[in-house]
Amino acid sequence: MKVFVGIDLGSTTTKAVILDEEERVIGRGITNSRSNYDVACAVVREEAFVRARFTMIERGLRTPRPHVIQDLERNFRLHQHLEQLDRLREAMLMLAARRGTPASIINGICDEMAIRARKHFAPGATRKSDFFRDLAAADYMSLAEAIREVSFESLCAIYDAAILAVENLTLDRAFERHIGSALQETEDGESLKEAVGAACNAELVESGSVGTGYGRQRLPFPKEQIRSEILCHGLGAHAMFPGTRTVLDIGGQDTKAIQLDPNGIVTSFQMNDRCAAGCGRYLGYIADEMNLGLHELGPLANESRHRVKINSTCTVFAGAELRDRLALGQKREDILAGLHRAIILRAMSLLARSGGISDEFTFTGGVARNSAAVGALRDLIAENYGARTINISHESIYTGALGAALFATRSAVRGNA
Amino acid sequence: MKENSMLLQKQLLADHFDALARARDEGKKVVYTFVPGNLNELVRSFDLLPVLPEINALQSGMRKLSGGYITEAEKSGHSEDVCTYVKCDIGMLRKGNIGPTGKPLPKPDLLLLSYTGCFTFMKWFELLREEYDCPVAMLHVPYQSEGRIEPHQREYIVQQLRSEIIPKLEQVSGREFDIEKLRSMLRLSSKAEDDLVWVLESAKNTPSPIDAFFAGVYYLGPIFSAFRGTEDAVQYYRTLRGEIEERIANKEGPITPDGPMKGERYRLVVEGPPNWTSFRDFWKMFYEEDAVVVASTYTKVGGLYDQGFRHDPDHPLETLADYALGCYTNLSLPARVDLLARYIRDYRADGFLVNSVKSCNSFSVGQLLMLRQLEERTGVPGAFIESDLVDPRYFSAANIKNRIESYLQMLDQKRGAA
Repeated sequence: MKVFVGIDLGSTTTKAVILDEEERVIGRGITNSRSNYDVACAVVREEAFVRARFTMIERGLRTPRPHVIQDLERNFRLHQHLEQLDRLREAMLMLAARRGTPASIINGICDEMAIRARKHFAPGATRKSDFFRDLAAADYMSLAEAIREVSFESLCAIYDAAILAVENLTLDRAFERHIGSALQETEDGESLKEAVGAACNAELVESGSVGTGYGRQRLPFPKEQIRSEILCHGLGAHAMFPGTRTVLDIGGQDTKAIQLDPNGIVTSFQMNDRCAAGCGRYLGYIADEMNLGLHELGPLANESRHRVKINSTCTVFAGAELRDRLALGQKREDILAGLHRAIILRAMSLLARSGGISDEFTFTGGVARNSAAVGALRDLIAENYGARTINISHESIYTGALGAALFATRSAVRGNA
Repeated sequence: MKENSMLLQKQLLADHFDALARARDEGKKVVYTFVPGNLNELVRSFDLLPVLPEINALQSGMRKLSGGYITEAEKSGHSEDVCTYVKCDIGMLRKGNIGPTGKPLPKPDLLLLSYTGCFTFMKWFELLREEYDCPVAMLHVPYQSEGRIEPHQREYIVQQLRSEIIPKLEQVSGREFDIEKLRSMLRLSSKAEDDLVWVLESAKNTPSPIDAFFAGVYYLGPIFSAFRGTEDAVQYYRTLRGEIEERIANKEGPITPDGPMKGERYRLVVEGPPNWTSFRDFWKMFYEEDAVVVASTYTKVGGLYDQGFRHDPDHPLETLADYALGCYTNLSLPARVDLLARYIRDYRADGFLVNSVKSCNSFSVGQLLMLRQLEERTGVPGAFIESDLVDPRYFSAANIKNRIESYLQMLDQKRGAA
């Protein structure tokens, strides 16, 4: 079966999307970009291919069994996680030996981490993050704090050095290696056996790939297979919502306003390039300042009854303004509501520059997941442009990678013709 | 490989800065003045030596010195938002006023302020007057608000030349105004201008033998600065024209710092000045993608010769007036849009790009509006990037490259080639 791969190397996360010949999404992957784009790219591809195999299992079943497949995937993820944990243990033991830290301490922590891992991936459990690094770090730190024989700092140092090495190891042929044991542990797994066998044996022939994003120069692709994220976001948004004529993407460090024609072809665009104020990082910084998680900002801001007017979209000044307002006794939710509006105001100016907001309008990027930002955007669009259809997909983080994969499919089709 | 014209220009500049360094000892007098609306022939007819602080600033930018000069100026109280040419110049002065060739620049005996579409020019020389304690002669050039030169505007300038500028030049130089000498220089100007226009219009060829922006700013060097009206300039443009004729005959593209350009995939028109601090990197972002600039407005700040203007020795003062009135910086927004639309059509451009400069309001005000109007009028999509003249802090290479690449890919996609 021919497949096409799109990879979006972003400043914060790297995403991959795999399409079949009918341009249907069969696999997706996401990982943190780290400092090593090559590894991020390899990891994310592997993950998307794993996910593609699961899609093939689904497609191979005569009667759909979504719950059984969910269980299988959960078990599979656990095995992947445990494998990485083993690698982490190995790397930490080596470092510990060099530093004279007793191996028993590291082993003790890792044993407990493995037990916790099973809880993270237990049926019905929710995880704070799907990244190994986040889950492992939280577990390790809380366990290391309880150790008395060795200082917390030196245990942290061992972890920090080891996690870097472990993260930079890729997990080849993950599906083949783990699917067997995952299937055994899955209740009613027998019903999937045939489909799993077929998915294992199916040949996925990568027949085209296109890369995009800030790290695109690092991708091992020839130049013709690299597309700017503007084009990819445009085409991706068009694929998700074919009526899209205007796209706003607020990512980690840039904001893009894109205008499309009815075929998803970009007709004009604007980006911030002298200053990154008002991008996703702004919210990250504010969350840190307020000691909140990024995902907590939106809901808190939504509780505001009297929005505070924040003038500064400069990330650093906003921190100062925030502390100033708090000192004046203003409520956190009211300040946060003001901050969200400030970001969106900045995006509105970029949208105006690019040619305004036409119907339909699609909002993508990490900030589109923030309900308060979305609320501010809805208000400002209504005030400035009137009624508009506003599309937001849960999968909007994959928009760029999806567009890239579509370019890969189309250029392969054209190449054949 | 350096072309003869390049060597010639280098020598011209070296000789000029040598002459400036010796000026005090040789008892020569020096006039500081601006590029737009400059009265080079008139100044030179009094045997005075011109210094162009704008050119010094951009040279400092290219030589990676402007950052330090700007810091120096900011230390003495000039705000971050002030024109970076001004701050670069003030900083250079504070650090010993060493010119682009490494030799000291003499102090001015006169500040000749041609006020042409840039309000900052006035403030700039106000600051220099404080520093040097020397006289200022101001030529007030009225704005071309109606998109054409009105007879009363011309008369107004001629009157100023007679009653203000020429007497001051006589006073400073100790010489009498010699109209015949001026005429003969204007004759040379017009000769060089003919060849310059030929060079600029050579970009109508496919492939274009020149880059009319990045190489264009070099080609404009002599005529925009101290050499208009000299034999040297005539010779320079004749030589340059010969080289380009050869490139056209051989169907060769422009020469870049990395050698001749191989293909020509995109023909672009550029509005706005270049960024000088990352000039080479900026240029590379274009030629790496096989994009060539076929026409630009920045290369018209010192005169719109390609629109028919020539210095006319038969009407020496009137022609200086028309020249000053006609510089690009003195045009209204609709006139600028008209000019750009003509360039897009006449040079068969695939696209146009605006480089919006943070610290130059006389250029950047209205540029987004122009972009919108041009897109509507020509159907050709425009790109908009932001940088600065000589402040290295306002050039974000990764972002600008990203924008240019995205834009060119957008053009591809529009052509159906993506």
